[in-house]
Amino acid sequence: MNEGKEFSVAFVDQLLAGDRQAFSELVDRTSGRIYNLGLRMLGNPQDAEDMLQETYIKAFKALPGFEKRSSVTTWLFRIAVNEALMLLRKGRNIVHVDGYAGKEEDGEQDLDIVDWCCLPEHEFLSEETLVMLTRASEQLSPALRMVFILRDVQGFSTLETAEILQINEDTVKTRLVRARLKLRDELGDYFRERMKGSNSNE
Amino acid sequence: MSEYGHCKDYLARFSAYIDGELQPELCALLEAHLQECENCRVVLNTLQKTIDLYHVYGSEDALPEQIRSRLFARLKLDDPGADSTND
Repeated sequence: MNEGKEFSVAFVDQLLAGDRQAFSELVDRTSGRIYNLGLRMLGNPQDAEDMLQETYIKAFKALPGFEKRSSVTTWLFRIAVNEALMLLRKGRNIVHVDGYAGKEEDGEQDLDIVDWCCLPEHEFLSEETLVMLTRASEQLSPALRMVFILRDVQGFSTLETAEILQINEDTVKTRLVRARLKLRDELGDYFRERMKGSNSNE
Repeated sequence: MSEYGHCKDYLARFSAYIDGELQPELCALLEAHLQECENCRVVLNTLQKTIDLYHVYGSEDALPEQIRSRLFARLKLDDPGADSTND
């Protein structure tokens, strides 16, 4: 994700001086990712937009206290993450009631060893697959989902993710392992069915 | 399936392997194991594919125009990108 290109020292000084044009630029360069984080974490556009607005309102107020120990991007994402977690705690996120039930997060289970990578490419790009990816990630606990989204969806490094979430890097790695394996498992269930479907067409 | 326990030991390492963060000795051991174990190859490939799919899924970064307008209005920021007919 390249628009995370770090902001110059001069730009940060402008921000700290209360320059509203600099703040507008900050918003334009980061809001797409912040909104995406909200969508992936909260699962619906209304909550994501609320999170987006609250994040920048809080960021603007908190700017004078920004101490340059972390990058502006990590600082901003920390605010966004806290906002998202608060909305999740309030239970405002939509719970899907269509009977889709995920597996237990930590249950010991046999490994799924069906190789679904060989499915035709259009299977991976379909609208249905996109919906399934969202549903599957919603099966993760917020703690695992947050790490997964920051690392694998948004492309932050382990260190950046640790700074944003204020946890240590080993915790990031451990959560990422669990999240990835769990998602692989969920995707396997889905694509195995797709494979049956495409085989029976022959 | 006598080596299943063995495979399981490697399972938790796949993630670091994909990220290129596995120590060289472990990396060599894992690669030797992958040569022999088709199941682990499948798990590794599907794990990599899972990560790739989510990466593509996150790459739409543009903020919808209406959401951007409402955000700028809420923040009381001048919007340099705004259509002047909206004034």
